[in-house]
Amino acid sequence: MPSFVMTEKCDGCKGQDKTACMYICPNDLMMLDKEKMKGYNQEPQYCWECYCCVKICPQQAMDVRSYQDFCPMGAASTPLRGSEDIMWTITFRDGRIKRFKYPTRRTAEGSIKPFDGFPEANPADLNNEFLLGEPDIMGVKELCTIKK
Amino acid sequence: MRDFATTVVETDVLILGGGMSGCGAAVEAAYWAKPLGLKVTWIDKAAVDRSGPVAMGLSAINTYMGLDGKVTMNPRQPERFVEYVTNDQMGLMRQDMVYDVARHVDSSVKHFDKWGLPIWKDEAGNYVKSGEWQVMIAGESYKILVAEAAKSAMATLGDKGELIERVMITHLLKDEKEDNRIAGAVGFSVREDKFCVYKAKVTICLLGGAVHVFRPRSQGEGFGRSWMPPFVNGSVYALVLENGGELTQMDNTFVPPRFKDSYGPVGTFFLLFKTPALNGLGEGYVGAYPEELKAWDPYAAAKPTPTPMRNYEMILCAKEGKTPFMMHTEKVVERYKAEITDPKELKKKIKMYESEAWEDFLDMTIQGATNWAAHNVDPMEKPMELQMSDSVFIGSHACSCGAWCCGPADLMPKEYAATFPEQYNCMTTIKGLFTAGCGVGACAHKFSSGSHVQGRIVGKAVVKFANDHKDYAPTVSDAQIAKLKETVFKPMALFEEKKGFTTQADVNPNYISPHNYLFRLQKIMGEYCGGWETNYGTTDKLLEIAIWKLGMLLEDAEKLAAKDSHELMRAWEAYHRSIVGMACAHTRLARQESRWPGYYYKYDYLKLDTNKNVFLNVKWDKAANQWSVIERPMISIL
Repeated sequence: MPSFVMTEKCDGCKGQDKTACMYICPNDLMMLDKEKMKGYNQEPQYCWECYCCVKICPQQAMDVRSYQDFCPMGAASTPLRGSEDIMWTITFRDGRIKRFKYPTRRTAEGSIKPFDGFPEANPADLNNEFLLGEPDIMGVKELCTIKK
Repeated sequence: MRDFATTVVETDVLILGGGMSGCGAAVEAAYWAKPLGLKVTWIDKAAVDRSGPVAMGLSAINTYMGLDGKVTMNPRQPERFVEYVTNDQMGLMRQDMVYDVARHVDSSVKHFDKWGLPIWKDEAGNYVKSGEWQVMIAGESYKILVAEAAKSAMATLGDKGELIERVMITHLLKDEKEDNRIAGAVGFSVREDKFCVYKAKVTICLLGGAVHVFRPRSQGEGFGRSWMPPFVNGSVYALVLENGGELTQMDNTFVPPRFKDSYGPVGTFFLLFKTPALNGLGEGYVGAYPEELKAWDPYAAAKPTPTPMRNYEMILCAKEGKTPFMMHTEKVVERYKAEITDPKELKKKIKMYESEAWEDFLDMTIQGATNWAAHNVDPMEKPMELQMSDSVFIGSHACSCGAWCCGPADLMPKEYAATFPEQYNCMTTIKGLFTAGCGVGACAHKFSSGSHVQGRIVGKAVVKFANDHKDYAPTVSDAQIAKLKETVFKPMALFEEKKGFTTQADVNPNYISPHNYLFRLQKIMGEYCGGWETNYGTTDKLLEIAIWKLGMLLEDAEKLAAKDSHELMRAWEAYHRSIVGMACAHTRLARQESRWPGYYYKYDYLKLDTNKNVFLNVKWDKAANQWSVIERPMISIL
């Protein structure tokens, strides 16, 4: 189900050197036509339909149209991704609609500090098997091993 | 041709790849590098926020022990995991490495929890386990969270921590003073006209997993709808082989049975919802072939039934003409109706099932949801078809392919030590080259959490290596760099030179496009090496033809052409895939048994050979173009 860009909604991310969809696509599929200032998918048959571009587009100018070699036309899964959850609207080919909402994260975006609450690494510990936060973070006192 | 400026970065620790194991490596390497003042440079082909197979999200964490007992069921110890994984992969497993993942894996999941990943919990705060090892999550943003943590860790290094995105790695640098030692890597940017050289004391190659070596089932627009993402191209396997390293079990490709075409996941349906899967006659196919499976005892008799044996039951059933296989999601609703008498409670239960069923797809395989809707199938009312997909190289899943690596000091059997130049956890047979995740062979069932934690294990190991080799400086001459630069951009130079020969640049006798090169590879693999085209069966004779044809394909790699840097990326991806394909064909030819018959089988050796409990490792002497397959012993640590 390759991604596509709606001509009227896309603003080419206002002339920045790369668009949001170009930034995020894991397969380097999205391109910016600098004359038209519109994004487009340059290689639809390599699209995994991961929706990363659809979810990130600031103009909601992107969607996905199912792979036509096995999918009947007319259905859509449309996401609206917020800061802590995602809303999905599922449109069936026959017009039925279903809506679902799921959580995505429990912390504020940009707030993760992975070393907070742990002591600074001690180079002498390079010789043991403990990783960041271990063993305490696992709720155990020692690392499992097999006595030889 | 455009001019690609050469940029050289000198670093201590070089991390290649930004998937789950790359994010684990970055966090841990940054943590240990900081007090030593070491520099960490991290490269990704895409954007770390959404790169690798977890880009779309995941609906479960498949590897979790519950060592603290705070799980709704099945708290487990590493020993039991090792036993399970060994049986699942039919008796061949690097138990030292599997045990290592198991004893650490809970710590990565606890970090994910702290970082804000919504893990399903009961009222007491216990993680909801859906099976022996699985924890349920709302994982749409799983990769974003894990990436944010890794980037935040790298930022603590200041100017000694750098993430560089959109660089395709094509080659490793060889140290010119020391044989069998890697001194960094090279590649090019798909965003800027740059040839990128990274000289490093130590390199972690996490460019693991390979899809599109075998032919996907859909070949129109759906070509990209492989189960594992199409951007996963097996560079780690190719780069280890090109540099003389040793890979193990490269014949062991995973074949996921999934919802047909969309590849919607099945795990939660089987484990959490206990959904019945039936054949076309409405009969269960699981357990329907006890006589046929006996040739694979003792493993076939193990509980749970190993993944390749469950697949083989589907193959046997299909050969009897009893398809389609159907996942009867609607029968779960029927079961609830029979079991629950209170109408309010029943309504609530069905609503929850519906929401969770759709979430399972929407969190990780959105096409699965759209495919239901496109066929007007409400899973609460009707079943949908299952099918076995194309074969994939995914050493982190129910799959064993990958590099032969050094295990942890306290667990590795001494018989393995001699194969490694020095003993560092997760180092390959090449000094200074490490891997994790899909890159580590014979270490199955890591999945996302195990890949992350193995990335962390290697992140710490490389800092130790860099610190132990403080005085080492890479010896890489300008001549080596110049030669690599010419090689890397040759497809673009060839295109520019020859494109005018014909009136239509796509058809030209002087070169081959990456797309056609890939199609040729997939045709050979599918038709001769045991792809879905032959119902996963092959023979020595077919494999000999495959190797002959793959040999010519690899020769034709010299004539790959690319019109721009995006296509140049496709050219190198396809080339790496063809090396993976050749490694697979050689190993399949060498294996005179059908060890994992639901992954592939050989008609001429349709049995398990219990006298051959050995790993098959493959090497490539590129200069002499000699492939060799050698045996390594299976040694149990339990």
